[in-house]
Amino acid sequence: MLSGLIGNIQHYSIHDGPGIRSTVFLKGCLLSCQWCHNPEEISMQAQLYWEKAKCLGCGDCINVCPCSALRLNNDSIDINENICEHCGVCAALCPSLALELLGKTMTVPEVLQVVKKDMLFYESSGGGVTLSGGEPLLQAEFAASLLHELQREGIHTVLDTSGYAPFEQIAACASYTDLFLYDIKHLDAQFHQQLTGIDNTLILDNLHKLAELGADIWLRTPVIPSFNDAVWHINAIGNLARKLGIKDVYLLPYHHLAQGKYEKLGQVYKLPGLAEPAQEHMEALLQILLDKGLNAYIGG
Amino acid sequence: MAEQPTRILGMNERIQKLRLQSVETEPTLSIERALLMTEAYQKYQGKVSLPVLRALSFKYLCEHKTVLINEGELIVGERGPKAQAAPTYPELCCHTVEDFDIIDKRDKIFFRVDEETKRLQKEVIIPFWQDKSMRDLMMAEMTQEWRDCYEAGIYTEFMEQRAPGHTVADGKIYKKGMLDFQADIAAELAKLDYVHDMEAYDKQEQLKAMDIACDALIIFAQRYAAKARELAASASNPAWQADLEQIALNCDWVPAHAPRTFHEALQMYWFVHLGVITELNTWDAFNPGKLDQHLYPFYNAEVQAGSLTRDAAKELLESFWVKFNNQPAPPKVGITLKESGTYTDFCNINIGGIKPDGSDGVNELSYLLLEIIEDMRILQPSTNIQVSRKNPDKFLIEAGRVIREGMGFPSVFNTDSVVEELLRQGKSITDAREGGCSGCVEVGAFGKEAYILTGYFNMVKVLEITLHNGIDPASGKQLGLKTGDPRDFKNMEDLLAAMKEQTRHFIDIDIRGNNIIESLFAKYMPAPFMSVIIDDCIKKARDYNNGGARYHSRYIQFVGLGSITDCLSSLNKHVFTDKTMTMDHLLMVLAADFKGYEKERQIFLNKTPKYGNDDEAADSLIMGMFEVIYELVNGRPTPTGGDYRVEMLPTTCHVYFGSVVGATPDGRKSGVALSEGISPVQGADKLGPTAVIKSAAKLDHQRTGGTLLNQKFSPDVLSGEKGLAGLKDLIRAYFRMDGHHIQFNVVDSDMLRDAQQNPENYNDLIVRVAGYSDYFNNLTPALQDEIILRTEQQGF
Repeated sequence: MLSGLIGNIQHYSIHDGPGIRSTVFLKGCLLSCQWCHNPEEISMQAQLYWEKAKCLGCGDCINVCPCSALRLNNDSIDINENICEHCGVCAALCPSLALELLGKTMTVPEVLQVVKKDMLFYESSGGGVTLSGGEPLLQAEFAASLLHELQREGIHTVLDTSGYAPFEQIAACASYTDLFLYDIKHLDAQFHQQLTGIDNTLILDNLHKLAELGADIWLRTPVIPSFNDAVWHINAIGNLARKLGIKDVYLLPYHHLAQGKYEKLGQVYKLPGLAEPAQEHMEALLQILLDKGLNAYIGG
Repeated sequence: MAEQPTRILGMNERIQKLRLQSVETEPTLSIERALLMTEAYQKYQGKVSLPVLRALSFKYLCEHKTVLINEGELIVGERGPKAQAAPTYPELCCHTVEDFDIIDKRDKIFFRVDEETKRLQKEVIIPFWQDKSMRDLMMAEMTQEWRDCYEAGIYTEFMEQRAPGHTVADGKIYKKGMLDFQADIAAELAKLDYVHDMEAYDKQEQLKAMDIACDALIIFAQRYAAKARELAASASNPAWQADLEQIALNCDWVPAHAPRTFHEALQMYWFVHLGVITELNTWDAFNPGKLDQHLYPFYNAEVQAGSLTRDAAKELLESFWVKFNNQPAPPKVGITLKESGTYTDFCNINIGGIKPDGSDGVNELSYLLLEIIEDMRILQPSTNIQVSRKNPDKFLIEAGRVIREGMGFPSVFNTDSVVEELLRQGKSITDAREGGCSGCVEVGAFGKEAYILTGYFNMVKVLEITLHNGIDPASGKQLGLKTGDPRDFKNMEDLLAAMKEQTRHFIDIDIRGNNIIESLFAKYMPAPFMSVIIDDCIKKARDYNNGGARYHSRYIQFVGLGSITDCLSSLNKHVFTDKTMTMDHLLMVLAADFKGYEKERQIFLNKTPKYGNDDEAADSLIMGMFEVIYELVNGRPTPTGGDYRVEMLPTTCHVYFGSVVGATPDGRKSGVALSEGISPVQGADKLGPTAVIKSAAKLDHQRTGGTLLNQKFSPDVLSGEKGLAGLKDLIRAYFRMDGHHIQFNVVDSDMLRDAQQNPENYNDLIVRVAGYSDYFNNLTPALQDEIILRTEQQGF
């Protein structure tokens, strides 16, 4: 059966589309945005983490591992990534939650079972389910199937995407997607390359095609000081939205609150010391969009 | 509904002064009432019937107690001789001098007691009341078994230091004055048939007592009118002089007659309120109930006529608010303090909801009251919003703006469910719609029901005793039945059967005590004033404390639902289903309070289905426990014609009950607080508010008289219009599932600091980080610091 690698399913999401939603995070992303606030969703593989502070040192995990991937090294647990198959048996057993498996393989019915629990909340709030990530389109077949099934259940669907995928995949999902949250990080190809590691040509092409299909789209732009927050740039994004007939634009102010996640993952945070955008600046940028007659907002 | 004007926050100078006085005055204990009550009993006792004795004593109080007008106030009348001065009720509880020392010196919930007061207590009050107070009378009637269970913390007893109360005003006092009630009383007296009605004399005495009580309140008001004129004569400030003259005119008219103006209506209520809390120290002080609906006709008429502005109405209401805050709950000691450790006297004003005809009850005053709550930021009165599917979303959104300020109120009730709960209990549809919620979360038919809370019941203690074959491990006493060595239990059914037998045993002991106490109050402590204003006491010529009210419920409030569920879930999973731990080992681990068994504790904490996560494996157990409780309690008759019913609320009793229970199989260490209300165990819910709500909604709220669900949020989660909309939608969804009540604890930076130090208590604390929300415990210390800083900047 079709299955996907799910990083997390978050309930009571109120900033990932309209109403109360559950957000399904699909693991894996080809972009490497410097400000990424979900670094744990980038890898296409499940990841096993061990947290020293929580560990009781009982050693049960070492005994239970079917691959013998765990080893006691003084007072810490070493995980041999070459052998570990991410089956999660150790994490399931660990009494104190010191071992944690990020990423879980789930079938469409399994995901449905979890998100359907909050059906009444979706109904009473005009909410639904959002697929986010990572980049959900990296698991396009699974994403399309999940969206399809969600719609059959009468659940409003949102796809939160970077737009970096073959258009056929986007189109396949579009039939079952009520609303796209489409990220525009930079309109200039070179800047985009610099910020995210990839060129934006495909992303912008896809956006045009998607708009032509008549899809409902909210544009979302993370506002990263000195990278993409110039007045001309936001102005250009506003113009693009108008040209494509997109009415809603969201400016998401950069924050460095994801820094802790990097520490936990043992990764280096790429933007240490970058200041969050000033409120007045955000409001000035918002005004540019409002002046174009767009529905513009600060925040998700 | 009238278009709601823009919110205009801010108190004027007069109100700021009054508020500050109220907040900064130290609570004191006043001996005045005790002395007057003693004089009254010395004067009348033995010469008149008991109801008349109580009425004459009440009248004596109204004639002689200090009359005081605080400068600047527009609504007058204090219970004590000054603001924040709490009287004692020696006829109910005769404190020892040591009690007074404790009350004076304790760190929390203190009342300053001066030496003269202590002397008078010793020389006048104690010699007269010792062994005669209700507390003495009832304790003498309790069996050793009852006492042992009481001391072990299996249950508490509400009437130990306070009188049964727990009722709320309906609309009649805005349509009838005391003279009108006296006319009703006279009509009933005239109907008495002394030849054929064998109770005619008793009824006559009861009616005479009510008549005297009406006189008493009129006299009290007349003394205030005189005082206002006396002050006006010497007032140097002409504005204050004019206010005093208006106060005098108001007190001339109410409570003798029905109020004619908005100002008189507030003064009318306040005299009635003072009457109730002066006569006796009734639990859950009494409150105006649906204040916005009662006042709206006055407000609307006067605004239309141009004699009242919104600002003037607001000023009057804020002056009224201060009066509540000036009356701390009477001093409590011992276990009664532990179960309700607060100055709050639980006046819980209802806002919104529906009208008696079933239509949307939200009006312009509903919004004005919300504004006042945000302005005043004082402990009393408590407030709640009544939310019906018929109310506009706007009402919920505006209430959300106040909720997210982090004061803990207004709390939020499901009016449609409240009505159904009351209907199930047999109330008429109109009486049910006129009802609402008071105290913490209790439903009642306002103005027509005595709904008495009898005491809390410690379910987790019962489990502990069950796991020790009827012995309380704390004392070694055999308090329970010998339901068998738990090591011999073959399966969960065996355990639940034993648990049910023990629960039945302890509930019977509790109810036996309750029945005697109820009879004692019916016989010795009539409440003639309360009887005047609660239907159908006049019509039945029967006292409030003797079954005079139209409806009569007696509640046992169950505490620790989340804890008991998680305990049973542990036993079910590890001992009976997975069989990864023997009962013997589990008992040893608990006896050791987990010392040397941290792994077992972590398994209990982390590898066990927990209530609050929308997980059937745990939630089915809570439903099972509920059925047991319901079957054992609901519908049992009480001596004065009431019905026993169940409620799920703790006040502060979950802390006390936790202190008497050793380590438990949910991973809780000995002495730690139990879960409160129907909220999950602190930190056990890990999937966010929707899962908590789903779990909580599985209980059959409509067969209770109230449940309490607390949700903890950081201000960020509720920020912006999206945050408010999310809050509204969350509430609407819970209420669609027939949830009874929900309240939001919006955390402040102090609590976040505590969470940093004691993360295990805050597993469920959600903070909005930026574009997302996360559990506080998931954040790095540096990020936690940042959030703390940001929370502080938001400035509560």
